[in-house]
Amino acid sequence: MSQKTVTIASSVGLHARPASLFVEAASATGLDVEIGRPGEDPVDATSILGVMALGAKHGEEVVLTAEGDGADEALDSLVALLSRDLDAE
Amino acid sequence: MVSPESRHGIGVSPGTASGPVVQVAPPVRPPADEPAPADAEAAVAEIRAALESVAVSLEERAASADAHAQQILKATALIARDKGLMKIATKQVGEGLGPAHAISAAVESYAAQFEQLGGYFAERVTDLRDVGARAIAAVLGMPAPGVPSFTTPSVIVAHDLAPADTAVLDPALVVGIVTEGGGRTSHTAILAAQMGIPAVVQVPRASDIATGTLVALDGDSGAVTLDPDDDFLAAQAQKRERRAKAFSHATGPGETRDGHPVALLANIGGVDDAERAGELDLEGVGLFRTEFVFLSASTAPTVEEQTEIYRRVFAPFEGRRVVVRTLDAGADKPLAFADLGEEENPALGRRGLRMSAERPDLLDAQIEALAIAARETTADVRVMAPMVATAEEAAWFARRVHENGLPKAGVMIEVPAAALRAEHVLGEVEFGSLGTNDLAQYTMAADRMQGELADLLDPWQPAVLDMIAVAGDGAQRSGRPLGVCGESAGDPLLALVLVGLGISSLSMAPSKVPAVRVALSMHDLTDCQRLAHIARSAREAGEALEAVREAANAEFTQIL
Repeated sequence: MSQKTVTIASSVGLHARPASLFVEAASATGLDVEIGRPGEDPVDATSILGVMALGAKHGEEVVLTAEGDGADEALDSLVALLSRDLDAE
Repeated sequence: MVSPESRHGIGVSPGTASGPVVQVAPPVRPPADEPAPADAEAAVAEIRAALESVAVSLEERAASADAHAQQILKATALIARDKGLMKIATKQVGEGLGPAHAISAAVESYAAQFEQLGGYFAERVTDLRDVGARAIAAVLGMPAPGVPSFTTPSVIVAHDLAPADTAVLDPALVVGIVTEGGGRTSHTAILAAQMGIPAVVQVPRASDIATGTLVALDGDSGAVTLDPDDDFLAAQAQKRERRAKAFSHATGPGETRDGHPVALLANIGGVDDAERAGELDLEGVGLFRTEFVFLSASTAPTVEEQTEIYRRVFAPFEGRRVVVRTLDAGADKPLAFADLGEEENPALGRRGLRMSAERPDLLDAQIEALAIAARETTADVRVMAPMVATAEEAAWFARRVHENGLPKAGVMIEVPAAALRAEHVLGEVEFGSLGTNDLAQYTMAADRMQGELADLLDPWQPAVLDMIAVAGDGAQRSGRPLGVCGESAGDPLLALVLVGLGISSLSMAPSKVPAVRVALSMHDLTDCQRLAHIARSAREAGEALEAVREAANAEFTQIL
């Protein structure tokens, strides 16, 4: 299992548009990807409602985990996505 | 020949339009007698199919929508296909709920979590419930609620429109809006005026008008005509042309024919409004309502969160004025994190600045955030307090604003006490702004929320005009500018009267600016003063309006 930590860069947190982009990207990996706060129960990264209910705000750290072939590369691309201010784009 | 049937409501967004009716279906609730499913697997399959059909129809609409609506619709489709939602609904079926109730329960469990998070997250609850309502309608075999998709320019008719409905309205296809409910200050009215779509609210039996019926509406007079004949439509089109011609000649800062300046400003309630208004020919913002920053949040928004929002509101107005009204909450607009409890009369209770007096921490954080955002912009940021009654309150507020390095503090004049004592109240601050909606409510002792009292709340009530005149005199003696930011400012004839009463700026829904600009450009300041005198000499509201219409420049009134 691969695991990576990233700080949410989106100025308004992981809500509608940033959350949609993230969930679409997580789904596109075809892997079981989870997202959560450090030390807390993670949620399914391919569920838009789950990701939004996480309520991750700007500047908060989240942990991504994935399993399967190419998990490391998949997480790298998701980390890169969350490191951008998606709402400003 | 039978003359076409006409119904009268309240015109809330100016202009005329005609087209076939598209009725908006009301939301469907799960039936109280929905039986427990006999076959759980079949029930789950039904739910899955319903949610999938909702997702597909949203995607279909997204395909033909503009970029902004497309984003909203695609995100909403993603919600309909959500695994978590399906999981909870499946569990609910297992516990004996029918498909409609299971969908409702799944939606509400997420809705509760989002509301808990507050802010941006809480705003998504509307989309989530919209998905739920559509899926419930699908499992029950009923028409989908909300605005159906249509391809010819049409008039939208509804009991009232939810924010979710209006978000996806295409201004190119929606030529007019008619509602049975709503009011001058309802969501529909404000949004229609912002989008520049003619609208009439409070139209009797509007929900009975069949889809496809041809209607013509007049967003100024409030008339809705069913099955108008060719002559009627031709006359309406001619008027529309005359208006467009007159409007195209008037641009730039507002002033009377003899050059007396009257700033023309926009009322806005959020970042989107600011971005739209920023592109228009106006001198800035006369009323930025900040409630949206607070109302949906479960915890007080931080200084950082607020600063970010204010930055985005100021950005489109570099070099122009932005008047910010501080938090205007009370028992009728309660905040999750500052609930002062129920009150017998919220309109007369601890609201506006009175609530800030009990929770100065909220006001201080807001002013600090405004000051930070103001330092980073060339926008001329001014901050004013709502619900001020006395000079002491004005001084208390002004001190807090000045201490944060913001040079311009102001007060809303919406309480009769403040209007009567305007000289002293305004003496404590740099400017004032008349909130005519509340000033009318308090002057006439008539609840704004009480539709039956609409006549008493008519902004042409001579007593309200007298109250404005007194405030205008006081402002002149104090040497402070006094503007108007209520609905009255957007009524071109009333705007002339207000200028005649000493008002120096007018803030309104942006779509109302062109007509007011034209009205000013066709009258001298002395004309405005004469019209103000005529209005105040009338015995009652209707008489005041008619007398002013008679006495105003005929070249102007014929395009109204």
